[in-house]
Amino acid sequence: MKQSNSFTFNEGACLHHLRHYLPAQAPLKDFIHHNTLHAFQEDHFHHALLKANTFFGYQVYLSVNEYQKKYKNGEIKLEVLEKVVERHKKDQFDTWIDKLLSNSESVESTSRIGKLRSYWKSIYHINLDKAIHPLLFRITGSYLDQGVSLWHFPVSKRGFLASVRELESNSYQHFIKGKRARNLLLKTHLKMEQLLEILIGKSELYEQYLFDQQFAHPGWSGMAATLEHKRDSLLHDRRISLHDLICLELLLEIDHLDQAFGENWRPLGSRISQSIPALFSPVKSSEHHQLQILWQEAYEWSYFDQVLIGLCKTSLIAQTNSKASFQAVFCIDDRECSLRRYLEHFEPDCKTFGTAGFFNVAFYFQPRDSDFYTKVCPAPLQPGHLIKESKPEAGEDSGLRKKTVGKSNWLLSQVNDIVAAIKLMFNIIKPTKSTAMVCSFDHMKEDSELTVECKDTQHKHNGLQVGFTLIEMADRVEGLLRTIGLVKDFGAWVYIVGHGASSINNTHYAGYDCGACSGRPGSVNARVFAQMANHKEVRKILRDRNIEIPDHTFFAGCIHDTTRDEIRFYEKDFPEGCNVDLHKTNKQTFEHALSFNARERSRRFVLMNTRKAAEKVHEKVKLRSMALFEPRPELNHATNALCIVGRRSFSQRLFLDRRSFLQSYDYQIDPEGDYLTGIMNAIAPVCGGINLEYYFSKVDNQRLGAGTKLPHNVMGLIGVANGMDGDLRPGLPSQMIEVHDPVRLLVIVEQLPEIVQRAISKEPATKQWFDNNWIHLIAITPDDRKCFRYQNGEFSLYYPADLHVEQCDNVLPVILKSTDSLPVYLMK
Amino acid sequence: MNLFIHTLIFIAISGFLLSLIISRHKENNLSLIAWLTPGVSGLVSIIFIAVWLMKGAEPLNIKDLIIFKSSDYEFLLDFYFDKITAVFLTTGAFLTCLIALYSRYYLHRELGYKRFFNTLLLFYLGYNLTIFAGNFETLMIGWEILGISSFLLIAFYRDRYLPVKNAVKVFSIYRIGDVGLLLAMWASHHLWHQNITFSKLNNFELVHTKLLEHSSEGLFISIMLLITASAKSAQLPFSSWLPRAMEGPTPSSAIFYGALSVHIGVFLLLRTWPFLEHQYLIRTLTILLGICTAIIAHFIARVQSSVKSQVAYSSIAQIGIIFIEIALGWENIALIHFITNAFLRTYQLLTSPSMVAYAIREQFYHFKPRSRSIEDSLPKKIENSLYILSIKEWNLDLIMYKYIFGPLKSLGHKLDFLTPKNVFYYFLPLFAVGIAGRYFALIIPQFILEYLPSIWAFTGLIMVLKSFSEKKYPRLAWFLIIMNHCWMALAIIYNEKVDLLEIGLFLSGVILLGITGNAVLQKLKKTEPKHYNLFKYNGHVYEHRKMSFLFFISCLGVMGFPITATFIGEDLIFSHIREHQFLLACINALSYIVGGIALIRLYARLFLGPHAKPFHETALLSS
Repeated sequence: MKQSNSFTFNEGACLHHLRHYLPAQAPLKDFIHHNTLHAFQEDHFHHALLKANTFFGYQVYLSVNEYQKKYKNGEIKLEVLEKVVERHKKDQFDTWIDKLLSNSESVESTSRIGKLRSYWKSIYHINLDKAIHPLLFRITGSYLDQGVSLWHFPVSKRGFLASVRELESNSYQHFIKGKRARNLLLKTHLKMEQLLEILIGKSELYEQYLFDQQFAHPGWSGMAATLEHKRDSLLHDRRISLHDLICLELLLEIDHLDQAFGENWRPLGSRISQSIPALFSPVKSSEHHQLQILWQEAYEWSYFDQVLIGLCKTSLIAQTNSKASFQAVFCIDDRECSLRRYLEHFEPDCKTFGTAGFFNVAFYFQPRDSDFYTKVCPAPLQPGHLIKESKPEAGEDSGLRKKTVGKSNWLLSQVNDIVAAIKLMFNIIKPTKSTAMVCSFDHMKEDSELTVECKDTQHKHNGLQVGFTLIEMADRVEGLLRTIGLVKDFGAWVYIVGHGASSINNTHYAGYDCGACSGRPGSVNARVFAQMANHKEVRKILRDRNIEIPDHTFFAGCIHDTTRDEIRFYEKDFPEGCNVDLHKTNKQTFEHALSFNARERSRRFVLMNTRKAAEKVHEKVKLRSMALFEPRPELNHATNALCIVGRRSFSQRLFLDRRSFLQSYDYQIDPEGDYLTGIMNAIAPVCGGINLEYYFSKVDNQRLGAGTKLPHNVMGLIGVANGMDGDLRPGLPSQMIEVHDPVRLLVIVEQLPEIVQRAISKEPATKQWFDNNWIHLIAITPDDRKCFRYQNGEFSLYYPADLHVEQCDNVLPVILKSTDSLPVYLMK
Repeated sequence: MNLFIHTLIFIAISGFLLSLIISRHKENNLSLIAWLTPGVSGLVSIIFIAVWLMKGAEPLNIKDLIIFKSSDYEFLLDFYFDKITAVFLTTGAFLTCLIALYSRYYLHRELGYKRFFNTLLLFYLGYNLTIFAGNFETLMIGWEILGISSFLLIAFYRDRYLPVKNAVKVFSIYRIGDVGLLLAMWASHHLWHQNITFSKLNNFELVHTKLLEHSSEGLFISIMLLITASAKSAQLPFSSWLPRAMEGPTPSSAIFYGALSVHIGVFLLLRTWPFLEHQYLIRTLTILLGICTAIIAHFIARVQSSVKSQVAYSSIAQIGIIFIEIALGWENIALIHFITNAFLRTYQLLTSPSMVAYAIREQFYHFKPRSRSIEDSLPKKIENSLYILSIKEWNLDLIMYKYIFGPLKSLGHKLDFLTPKNVFYYFLPLFAVGIAGRYFALIIPQFILEYLPSIWAFTGLIMVLKSFSEKKYPRLAWFLIIMNHCWMALAIIYNEKVDLLEIGLFLSGVILLGITGNAVLQKLKKTEPKHYNLFKYNGHVYEHRKMSFLFFISCLGVMGFPITATFIGEDLIFSHIREHQFLLACINALSYIVGGIALIRLYARLFLGPHAKPFHETALLSS
C-alpha cells in the first residue's frame, strides 16, 4: 500500500496549523472575550473574512437583505453609502449603487472544509461522523470531566491516549471492537502518520483530512488544543492534547471501517480520482462579497460619522477649575458609560474617569479558605505578585462559600432535594437569592483583609511575591493617575470602582465580569489600588514625583454590580479622619444614579414597564439577577461600537447610549505619547477582542457563536453542548448578542495623529489590529478638532458625511421611549 | 360530577385551540393562555377532588360519547376518575403551570415562541385525555397526542440535525411501544367480547374468571402492556431514548422527560394493574425488569459527564424502582414516588445550568482530589469493563438499531426496484387479484384462503418497510403508505362480512389527506427540484412554512391520528381480525406502527433539519 511520493507529512507543523485555526476558548470558568477569528488577523479585515468564509464556510457579514432592511429603516444613511461607494468603486459608481439597492439573489457559496472527508459518504456509503462522534465526545468528555460524573474515568494520571490505552488493555469490554485497531492503540509508540496511511494513503492529503475531521467538531478539538497549553485551567488535572484526540478519532475511524468492510478496504486517497481544491489555496472575492463590504462599511460609518460630527461640533465644556466634589474612576467598560452620565447629571461637580478595570495593579488573588489562585488582570499579562485574602479577627465564614451539597445519608439528601424543589417553585413566583447564584459581591468578603504591602521581598509563594513594595505601589499609582490625567485638583473622595455581575442559571457567567480582570469582578483590584493610594509612604514618594495628593483626599475601593446596579463601598478600609458625611452624600448620589441607570437598561429588556419610577424599575431589574428563568440577566457588551480615548470633557456632551468604551487620557500630560502606548496596547486586545467576539457571534451565531442557550447542556463543567451527543459550543449564545449591532470598534483618540501613530507602532501586535483594519482608528486634533483616519499605515484627513446630529436637551424621555439602538444626540 | 371531567377536558382543548389562533407576535397573550390553561384546570381539579373525597372517593366512570356503532362494535369515549387520576392530574396541572410560567420569560424572543406553547398545550391535552381515559380507545387518543407532541418538542430546534434525528428516533421507539398497546387492545376485544372499560377491570370476579378460562390470552395482553409501559417510561431495553430526548429548551425537557411524559408508562401499569396483578408471572417479570433497569441505569448515570443525561438515567433508575413498587402492590408508595421523582427531576433540569457556577465555586474553596468511588474496590479489570460498558450505555442504543430498525430497513430494501412510476404496475394487478380472490372465495381451497389475508397484509407491510427505507423518491414513500392502508382493508374484507361503510370510514381520511399530501409533494418538487430527496434532511420549513404545515397535517391524517375517521377505522379494522389470526394482527400492528414512523421520517427529511441551501446560516451537524 506504500506509495512513493515526494510529499512528506510533518506532524508537528500540521498540529500547529490546526491549533492556530481551532477555537481558542478556555473552559467556562475562565471564559474571556477574544477575537473569534484571531487566526486570520494577519490579513486585512475584509480579505480575512473572505478567507474564513471560503475555507470554513462561516457567515462573516450580515446578509445583503439585512443590510437593505437597515438602509430602509434609516440605520444606514444614503450619504454614507454614497461616500463609501465613491471611495471603493469610483469609476462604476451608478452600477454599484444600483446593485446595492436591487434585490440580490442569494448565492450558494460552498466552503472548502469537509470536501475530502465527504467522499466516505459518496464512495464508501458510510457515515463516520454519525457513528463515531457520540462515542468520541463521550470518552473525551468523561476524561476531562471536572465534577459532573460520580464515577470518574478510572485512569487519569497519564495523558489522554495513555489513559484510554490502559483502560482498553485491562478490560473485557472495548471501545474499539476490532483487533487491528486495538493492537494499534496498544502500541505505545503509536504514530499518527501510520494511522493516516491506513486511512488515507496519500500523504499530501493528510493535513487536509485532519482539518476536515477536526472541523467537524471544532468544539471538542478546540478545547483539547486549548487545554494542552492551559492545564491550570482545570482544577482536576488532566493531560489532553490535540494529538491524542486525533489519534483516538483516527483509531475509531479505522475500527469502524474494519467492522463494516473487513480489514481489507482501500484507503480513501486511492479511490478519489477528482482533484480536490486545497483548503488554503488563494481565494477570490465575488461580487456578493464586494456588496457585503460596501454595506458593512456604510453601516459602520453611518454611526461613526454621527459621533465624529458630534465630537467636532461641540465646543469644549468650559474647564471649570472649581474643585471636584468627588472623583470616580471606573472601568473602561461600555456598561459604565451610562452610569457615568447619570452621576454627572445628578452631581455636576463630580468628575468621572475610565481606565482598564484592573487599575494598573496586576496580581494573582488567593481568596481565603482556598488553595487556588485566580488571575485578576488582563489575560496576556503574567503577574509576579500575589494578594492574599485573610479573615479579620474573629471573623466567621458564612453564606455562599459553605458547601452547597452536604454529605448526608441518601434518604436525607432525597428529602433535601424535595425541599429544594419546593423552593424552586417559589423562586419562579418570587425570585430570591440562592446558593446557585453567582454574585460579584461574593468575590471577596466585605470584611476580609488583604495583604497589600510586602515587607519582605524574599517572602514568596510559588514564585509569587506576596504584596507590593512601596516603590512598586507608587509606580502603579502614579502610572494610573498620569494615564487618566488625574494629577491635580483632587476632591475629598476618589472612588475606585471595579465592576462585576450577578446571575443565576448562567453557564457563561464569567463573560459577564470584568474583561480586564480575566473575567473576574474587579473588586480586589479596586480595593488594592485604594489602599495603595491611601498609604502615607506611597504618597510621600508620589510627592517627590510631582503628584501632590492632599491629606484630606481619600481613595475608596468599591464594586459596581452591573447586573443589579448596586454598589458596595469597602468602608472598612476607610482611614481615620476621612470625611464620612461627605461620603454619605456621595453614596446617595451613587444610589440615585444607579437606579436611573437600571431604568435606562430596562428599555432593552422589552418586557418591563420603563415608565415607572426609577427606584421601582430598579427593584425589578434586581429580581432579574436572581430569576432562574431569566436568560438575559443583563445584556453585557451588546451594542458596543466605540472607544473614546480622551478627557471626559471631550465627549461628555455627546449621548452615546451605552455603546462606548471610555478611556480617560489627557494629551497635555503626555506630549510624547508614552502613556498612550500603554493605553493602546491594552485597548486593542481587550476592547477589540470583546467587540469582535460580539461581531462574529452575531453574524454567524450557529457556527461562530453558541446558538441559543435554552437547550444547552453542561458538559463536565467545562463547556456547553446541545443535547447529549452534541459538540461543545464555543462563542456567545444568541441571548447575549441578539440586540448587538455588528460593527467593528472605532477608537477615537484626542491627540495629534503623529503621536498616535508613534504610540501604536511600538508594539507590532497592537499595530496589526489597526493596520489590518480589525479596529478603526481616528485621531482628533485637540485644538482645531480635525479628524484623521488611520488607513494603510498612515493618518489622513477625514471628513465625516454631512449627517444631522440632533440637539436634545433632555434625553431621558427619548431613551425610555425606544427599545432599539439610538442615534447620537448632542446634550446640553 | 361528570360535569367536572368535561370541564377539565374542555379547558385543555380550548386552551390548545385558543393558542393556535393567537398571532405569534403576541407573546403575552400566548403565555397567558399557556399558564392559565393548566392553572385553571388545576384549581378546578382541586375543588373537584375535595368534593369527590368528601363524597367517599368512589371511582367514577362516565360512558360518554358513542362515536361509532355497528352491530357488534362500538367506539365510545369513556372517562374514568380515581385516586391515580387524581394524583396524576394535580401533579400534571401544577407542573405544567409552573413550566408555562417559567418559559414565559425563558423563551422570550426565541424563534418558535408560539410553536412552543402550542406544543405544550397539545401535550397537556394529550396528558389529560390519557389520565382520564376510561377505556383503551380513549387512552389511545391521548397516547397518540403525547407521541406527536413529544416529537414536536424534541425537534423544536428544527434547523439543527441532532434534534431532528433524535426526535425521529424517540418517536420511533414510542411507536414500537404502541404495537404493544394495539395488540393488547385487539386481544382484549376478543377476551371480553365487548369494549372493556378500566372500571370493569376492577371487578375482581369478572377478571378472575376470564383469566382462568383464557390464561394465555391474559398473559399475552399483560406482556403487551408491559412492553408499552417500558417503552414510554424508558425501561429496558428502550432506555436510551430518554437522554436523547433532551434536545428542546430546558423547561420542555424538564416537564416532558423529567416529570410527566416519562411517567406515563407508570400510569399505564397502575391503570391496568387490577388486570395484571392476578398473574404472578407478570408481577415477577415486572419486578425483574425494574431491578435490571434500576441497576443498569444507575451505573450509566454514574458515568455521565453531562448534566442532563445524568438526570435522565437517574430518573430511569428511579422509575425502575417505581415499577418494582407497583409489582409488589404498593400502589400508594408508587404514587408518592412518582410525585417526588417528577418534582425532583424538574428541579434538577431547570437549575442544571447553575451547576457550572456552584460546583466550581465549591471545588475552588473545598477542593478535594478525586476520592475513590465504590467501584474502585472491584477488581480492576471488572471495574474497567463495567466503566466502558456504562459509557457505551450498555449498547442499548445500538441494540435498538441492530435488532429492530436495521432488519426492518434491510427488508424494505428488497423492494428497491420500485419507482413512483412503476409502482402502480405492480400494485394494481396484484390488488385486483386480491379483490378477485375475495369474490371468488368460495372456489379457493380453505387452507389457502386462510393464509390469504396474512399474505395481503404482509405485502402491505413490505411496502411500508420500503417506504421506511426509501431514500430517493418522496412520492414513492408516500404512495406506499397509502397503499398499505388498501392492503390492510383488503386483508380485512376476506375475513367477515365487513360493511363497506366501515371500509369507507377507514379509508376516507387516508384518501383525502393522501391527495393533499401528494399535492404538496408535487409542488415541492416543482419549487425545489434540487433539494427534493430523502438522502438527508432538507429543512424546507425554513422557506416553505405553509407547505410544511399542510404536509404535517396530511402525515397525521394518514397515520391515523385522531383528526379523521381513519382513527376509528383503524380500531374497527382490528376488531375484525379474529382471535386465531394472531399473525395477521401482528402484521397489521407492525405495518401500522412502521407506517407512522415512515411518515414522520418522510416529513422530517423533507421539511426539517439544517437547510439544504448553504447560504442560510446553518449549524454544524455535530452541534
